[in-house]
Amino acid sequence: MMHPTPGFWASAAMISSVVLSSTTGEVLTAAAMKSIGDLDEIRARAGMKGAIKAVITCPMFFGGVFFLAVAFFALLFALNHLNLSLVAPASASLTLVTNAIAGKIFLKENVDGRRWAAALLVCLGVYLLAI
Amino acid sequence: MAHHRLAPRQYLILGLVALCAPLGDTCLSRGMKHFPPIHLAHPGELVAAVFTPWIGAGIALLIGFFASYLTALSWADLTFVLPATAFGNVIVALLSRFWLHEYISVSRWAGIALITLGVGFVAHGPSLTEEVAHLPEKEHVS
Repeated sequence: MMHPTPGFWASAAMISSVVLSSTTGEVLTAAAMKSIGDLDEIRARAGMKGAIKAVITCPMFFGGVFFLAVAFFALLFALNHLNLSLVAPASASLTLVTNAIAGKIFLKENVDGRRWAAALLVCLGVYLLAI
Repeated sequence: MAHHRLAPRQYLILGLVALCAPLGDTCLSRGMKHFPPIHLAHPGELVAAVFTPWIGAGIALLIGFFASYLTALSWADLTFVLPATAFGNVIVALLSRFWLHEYISVSRWAGIALITLGVGFVAHGPSLTEEVAHLPEKEHVS
């Protein structure tokens, strides 16, 4: 079914919504999983039920899931108006960069030269795959 | 930063993250193209889309992605997991070339090479930031 193509700013707003909500959700989820600890070890110690309980009793996890759900519906909305070949690579590559920044600021991860280089190479690679 | 090496099982988890996400996105895209344009005034139409087969398949794949993703985040940094799992884009491109016999331009081959290089970069490094040991709290002198 043919859809009218949205303008530049409308497309940018749709992709930005996906990127920002996705980054917020991923940072909150990563922080939650770090606070819970290694799921493989928890599962070995307390079984699958113990691992599930450890995840669903962490309030920050639900904050992350909320923003990832927002990102999901923002993605559905964007896919309804824009091509997958634009939305998926643009949101994926931009999210890599925003996550590297957010990971360094909020999660205090050691984003060294190797990780910056990897994020930028993958970002450029995803862009080239899309054009 | 300590050098945390991954076990084969952990590479398998990263592989599942890499594969399930792009395949799920492809299913979502295929499903959403069957819908007329959805406007913000009628958000209920987005919820109705969830119950169609392609969107359902996409959601099932994305649930698989999310379970693997959570597991990976419990033993690796976010800034390690995301670039490492971007290899899924390469897998999808190679599947489209050799399975669907689609044409891949020079720029796409360059993109594949860059992603592979980026993934190699990050995968060769440490997967987890070493946490600084908590120092004992100073006693407050009143």
